[in-house]
Amino acid sequence: MAHVSASGMGGMRTAGDLVARMQISRGMKIKEAKEYVANKLRVSILDLSDPVVMGELRKDLNIGTVATLIGGARGIEAKFRIAELLGIEINCVNMFKDRIK
Amino acid sequence: MGKIYTKMGDGSVTELSESELKRDLEEATRDAAERGKIPPLSEDELSHLFDIYSSAARFVGVDCGNEVVLTYDNGGCKSRGHIMEVPLHKVQEAQIYEKFLGADSADIGHIDYSFKPVKAVVDFEQRSLEYALLVMTIPVFYGSQPNLGSYTQPDGPCPNPMELLPQGRISEARAAQEEMMEYATRDMVYVGSKMYESGVDGINFDTTAAAGDADFLATLRAVEILKRKHPQIGIMVGMAGEFVLGMHGELTYNGVRLAGLYPHKQVELVEKAGATIFGPTINTNTGKSCAWNVARAITFVKACIENSNIPIHPNMGMGMGGVPMTALPPVDVVSRASKAMVEIGRIDGL
Repeated sequence: MAHVSASGMGGMRTAGDLVARMQISRGMKIKEAKEYVANKLRVSILDLSDPVVMGELRKDLNIGTVATLIGGARGIEAKFRIAELLGIEINCVNMFKDRIK
Repeated sequence: MGKIYTKMGDGSVTELSESELKRDLEEATRDAAERGKIPPLSEDELSHLFDIYSSAARFVGVDCGNEVVLTYDNGGCKSRGHIMEVPLHKVQEAQIYEKFLGADSADIGHIDYSFKPVKAVVDFEQRSLEYALLVMTIPVFYGSQPNLGSYTQPDGPCPNPMELLPQGRISEARAAQEEMMEYATRDMVYVGSKMYESGVDGINFDTTAAAGDADFLATLRAVEILKRKHPQIGIMVGMAGEFVLGMHGELTYNGVRLAGLYPHKQVELVEKAGATIFGPTINTNTGKSCAWNVARAITFVKACIENSNIPIHPNMGMGMGGVPMTALPPVDVVSRASKAMVEIGRIDGL
């Protein structure tokens, strides 16, 4: 918890999970990963770690929120949108698509 | 300025004068530079560290906009009945990390947290993972340790090198480790492939090289094979200690001898094998101050960052990266280690 508060991006409270995806899937360094996500979301680097800005944006984009919205995207559904938004392949999303073909 | 309230590497309280703090920082970076044959921290960096550790604040943090990505290694098993006595399923624990704790990624794993025992229950692990992937939004790793030691008799198939070495049976000890490597690599590839086929975002090879150079080589080979089989797979390799123990002593990867490698050299091989994230570990010295430990850790990590093209997430749990070796690390020193590592080490995550 101390690390989350001192230096963490904030996960789903912000854009932490999206930046993490670029590191895990593309091996991007933090600067490049943040710029990539900020560019895709059309926000500033500072906005990526702001829970108010990102909370509203996540709601608008329907990519999963901490407080689940009625009818809002959850789990795998949110990841379908994240894959499209970031232009990346998400393994479990691709498998889900294959299974319902 | 009066005495500076801080902690030792074992978590106990200590007080340092300004000159003692400066001396600790200078000594520590010199120690790392000499051991690793790497540059020490600059005057500006030491001055920044001094400011962080001389602050009277209980809690410190990075400047806005400098936040980094957090990855984990607990396998969703910290809450289990016999550890914390909160009886949660591993997927529920991962969901708590996601929804309550602001985690950027999650880690699912077996309670034993080693690849060998997972092999026997891999289908149960896949079910948990597949459920987690349905209900969670943040990226999910499947984590386990290479744990070469689990392949020795009487629990495993190979003679125990730790029994052979004291008897002077060096060649037999080496042969045993080479046999253990074959089993371990096969198990890591088997489990990693199963998890990838279940949809995982990445595999976390945690506490790599705990059993020395053979442990490291078995992991590098597994990473290489997994990456070749599944080019899209995310792979994080986190280390067990700051240099690779030469329990075998003659093993090489890509022409480089593994025994004695420090993080800035470890990362070259991990990257070459195909990993997408590297987690260096710098051991905490319990007899030195946390400031001493952080200055030393950052010196190693900075060299590692400068020598890598993939993200670097140093291990900063208890007993590593300047965090005290205690079950309940105090937030004043954890937050200082966190801020210092991000702002001076220029890390990509932790």
